[in-house]
Amino acid sequence: MKQDIFQAISDPTRRAILTLIAIQALTPNAMAEKFDMTRQAVSKHIKVLHECELIKAEHSGREIYYHFNAKKMQEFDHWLAQFRQNWETQFNQLDQLLTTIKEQK
Amino acid sequence: MNNHLLFDFNVDKAAKTVYITREFNAGQSLVWDAFTKAELLDQWGAPAPMRAQTKYMDFKVGGRRFYAMISPDGQERWSVQEYTSITPKTNFKMYNAFADKDENRELPGSEWDHNFSEHNGITRVDITIYNESFERLEKLLEGFKIGFTITLKNLEELLGTLS
Repeated sequence: MKQDIFQAISDPTRRAILTLIAIQALTPNAMAEKFDMTRQAVSKHIKVLHECELIKAEHSGREIYYHFNAKKMQEFDHWLAQFRQNWETQFNQLDQLLTTIKEQK
Repeated sequence: MNNHLLFDFNVDKAAKTVYITREFNAGQSLVWDAFTKAELLDQWGAPAPMRAQTKYMDFKVGGRRFYAMISPDGQERWSVQEYTSITPKTNFKMYNAFADKDENRELPGSEWDHNFSEHNGITRVDITIYNESFERLEKLLEGFKIGFTITLKNLEELLGTLS
């Protein structure tokens, strides 16, 4: 089951994790320390973020570092921009319709 | 023509909510009609080159609008809007879901809230859309991509014959 981006970023802890690793890649242990959470709790959040590709894993020796995947976030923003564009088009159509109706009265 | 009219579009990703505000150069009654009467909705309710076509609309609490967005090549994407609350001329709420051509809904959908207010002959419409999932939003835009994909496919075929 592919994770949903909305779902992933609707959790405040996961948003905090993203903010943190946007600055610097971190290991799960470092995250657990910073958030004062169990390793297990951190792992659950990582799994969600990783499944929707908001973070990327990079192996360095025996450690795994997680990076923020800015490209995925941009994709999401791109979707929303398209959504906005569609609304703009529709509202301009409505402007014209309202003008037409007013002229007929 | 409408460059002095307000248009705001904000997304609260964490709250999974889209906020839209738009002003129209017309009275509240007329704008309300444009949002709540099928024959008017169909004239603006899909971004060109798509068009909207209502099969039926029963604008009352518990009533439904069953309509399709039709792409230039004739593909239909059906949706059902169910009205959950109506305060004439000022507010209506609905639950919007994709459906098949036989009106079977695909849940979850999204919750829409519309507010209308008039000031000096300008009507302001505030819309909030709560989406349970991003995948649903993606689907919403899929339809608009279909037309574009067809164009690309034709181009590919053309290039294939040329090379």
